[in-house]
Amino acid sequence: MTDEPLLRVSALSKFYGSRVGCDNVSFDLWPGEVLAVVGESGSGKTTLLNCLSTRLLPSSGTASYRMRDGQFRELYRMSEAERRFLMRTDWGFVHQNPADGLRMTVSAGANVGERLMAVGDRHYGKIRATAVDWLSRVEIDEDRIDDEPRAFSGGMRQRLQIARNLVTGPRLVFMDEPTGGLDVSVQARLLDLLRGLVTDLGLAAIVVTHDLAVARLLSQRMMVMKDGRVVESGLTDRVLDDPRAPYTQLLVSSILQV
Amino acid sequence: MTDIATYNFAYLDEQTKRMIRRAILKGIAIPGYQVPFASREMPMPYGWGTGGVQVTASIIGPDDVLKVIDQGADDTTNAVSIRAFFKKVANVAVTTDTASATIIQTRHRIPEHPLTAGQVLVYQVPIPEPLRFLEPRETETRKMHALEEYGLMHVKLYEDIAKHGRIATTYAYPVKVEGRYVMDPSPTPKFDNPKMHRSPALQLFGAGREKRIYAVPPFTEVVSLDFEDHPFEVQTFDQPCALCAAENVYLDEVILDDHGGHMFVCSDTDHCEKRRNAPTSPLWGGRAEGAGGGLDQSTLHSAPTPALRADPPHKGEGKEKQ
Repeated sequence: MTDEPLLRVSALSKFYGSRVGCDNVSFDLWPGEVLAVVGESGSGKTTLLNCLSTRLLPSSGTASYRMRDGQFRELYRMSEAERRFLMRTDWGFVHQNPADGLRMTVSAGANVGERLMAVGDRHYGKIRATAVDWLSRVEIDEDRIDDEPRAFSGGMRQRLQIARNLVTGPRLVFMDEPTGGLDVSVQARLLDLLRGLVTDLGLAAIVVTHDLAVARLLSQRMMVMKDGRVVESGLTDRVLDDPRAPYTQLLVSSILQV
Repeated sequence: MTDIATYNFAYLDEQTKRMIRRAILKGIAIPGYQVPFASREMPMPYGWGTGGVQVTASIIGPDDVLKVIDQGADDTTNAVSIRAFFKKVANVAVTTDTASATIIQTRHRIPEHPLTAGQVLVYQVPIPEPLRFLEPRETETRKMHALEEYGLMHVKLYEDIAKHGRIATTYAYPVKVEGRYVMDPSPTPKFDNPKMHRSPALQLFGAGREKRIYAVPPFTEVVSLDFEDHPFEVQTFDQPCALCAAENVYLDEVILDDHGGHMFVCSDTDHCEKRRNAPTSPLWGGRAEGAGGGLDQSTLHSAPTPALRADPPHKGEGKEKQ
């Protein structure tokens, strides 16, 4: 592992007309590190994530990504072909709603295999074996491989989406509320799975969530956003146990104690 | 050319023909790329070959000899009507003979007789976009073509193998043209795909409703997509043509009666007729026996094949046989 970060973000801003999406966000992300972005709805978390994953172009600021050859490339200066290639090989994007990230009308196996075929894999047997392997790693029974995700429960769909993203061995995964809309026991299993995969594969991840428990479980570092600005950032345990910004204090104290 | 004054030569006005020719030239320059064009209303409904007719009208000249086939046949409604149309509006010679035609407009077949340099094959295309049923957004499919992102095409083939144990796509089988664009060869049976590869004839594709023209120039690489462990293969038939005994040709099933009687005959009527009229012709491999006159009448009324019947035998069926 090198001493260089995987992603360097500097003064990133996105405006929707005169409205602020996110404003002057800077941070570095190191390989294998999980960064949580927390904040209430409308605080600019998802805008930031979409800018970083090049799904949106920012109004100003830069983001450079260290490619597999060790060279930093400016994301917003890459051609669309290069960005899309990065998106389906070295990156993953886990949507809150699995239907956005899956092809709902093709089988689970094909969903997992699509990225392999997109990078030129042309051996059916190998693609299928990889799909079987990945389904088992996300705890989906092998006999569901030919079922469409439409026949899957919410938790299974989310796990399938994760398998589909990780099959090409990405180095960076973006997650937008990965546990949103799931009931607590399914959430717990999913978080457990994610934590295992992230550790095993040494993934770097940027996780957007409004759920502080998710942030605490998954991430080493976190950024708290409000009104498009980062109000506090630091190690997750430090931020949650000793919040400094008034807004973070409010957020932490708002957690419902059961 | 006295009685065609009511229309411009070949129906379309000259400006339209120039516009279509420009699209065709662009298509030839970028093999397999779908060129948008301003498709005109034609005196026939969409789905009846408006794209093919416009392409033919734009390239046809007074000296051309036109052949029109519909699923291989020269004598079905669509083929007869389009042939009559051009006879009327362009006053050109028409034929059913593949070898002597200079332009062959086709709906979903490539003739069995090998095409030669100088011939033009014009396809009628209903849906030009091979990715359409996988990705409904036109903006996205165009981007995928532009960036050569064709992984999705293999997802379809993967699904076939997962569901059926083999690639079950039998028509409109996707091909890659000259190593670049993935193209829908129109709903021809995949049996005809190998004929497109390095064909000496120019192949033009017109989709009237979808407003797209594309082309495969002569001697262009046309490779059917497949998997390493599930290679592309064409349909095979257990029996030869019941009329001309041709083997290794594409056969149509013809239902003979209400009792399940059927036979398989050449889909290419011109090919079949030629073989029957000249059974010893060296052109067709010279099979004297079995072809034409040697037809065994009993094969025309073969026994019902249970596997081919969708409906259960109904009451009173086959009674008159007793």
